[in-house]
Amino acid sequence: MGRMKFLCDAERCIECNGCVTACKNENEVPWGVNRRRVVTINDGVPGERSMSVACMHCSDAPCMAVCPTNCFYKAEGGVVLHDKDLCIGCGYCFYACPFGAPQFPNGPSAFGERGKMDKCTFCAGGPEETGSKEEYAKYGSNRLAEGKLPACAEMCSTKALLAGDSAAVSDIFRDRVLRRGKGLEAWGWMTAYGAEQKEGAK
Amino acid sequence: MNTRGLMSMLAAVVLAVGLTGCGEQPQVVSYEQGKYQGKADSQPWDNPVFKGDKAAWELAMKNRTRGQNEYNRTQ
Repeated sequence: MGRMKFLCDAERCIECNGCVTACKNENEVPWGVNRRRVVTINDGVPGERSMSVACMHCSDAPCMAVCPTNCFYKAEGGVVLHDKDLCIGCGYCFYACPFGAPQFPNGPSAFGERGKMDKCTFCAGGPEETGSKEEYAKYGSNRLAEGKLPACAEMCSTKALLAGDSAAVSDIFRDRVLRRGKGLEAWGWMTAYGAEQKEGAK
Repeated sequence: MNTRGLMSMLAAVVLAVGLTGCGEQPQVVSYEQGKYQGKADSQPWDNPVFKGDKAAWELAMKNRTRGQNEYNRTQ
């Protein structure tokens, strides 16, 4: 299995916030925390575009690099997870993350008051016994262990949000763009999607 | 002490002070990647659903991922 990634197709996203709701419901995310958000550029202006954003499970994750307690690890498929028992709520990961993925249940407040960091787990649970109450309470659902994809992507009504093995997701997106005949002119298209990828490629 | 002695002494002091700059150590801390300190996590196929069968899990994930392409379903 290659690297697990999300891909949001801005041409398809209709800003319904179904992914946000699915995530909140699936993982019983605490008040004040949104593991996933829909961001709209030029809201209300003709041609506006929306994108669903959460943890992108970076290949070289900056949150991992800055964590003073080294509570981050990479699970199977490159999913970036963390051990909440080690988290001290310092917020370094929040500042390091370019997507604003790390969230704090008691934030915004001072260091020590924010609580343990919470973020998207790619519905892969965390370092507790798979399917246990502890895992669900701390990290949410472990759908990956059930052979399912993250709830946000599976719930997406327009299939704008895709999740899974990066090569397979890229193939789906490439197929889409070729069919609609628009987007090929985008800068970097050939580098990112020009050639068909082998599934499971690193 | 004559003037010559004083001058050579002064030159020695200036030389010593000047050379202290040569002994400067690098001040930048080299970055080292941290190592995960938390609890070990189990693999996603180590559960009653897949019973440790990695290939079965990978196949399930692949099918699920491909299922997102509605063109496969409509044509």
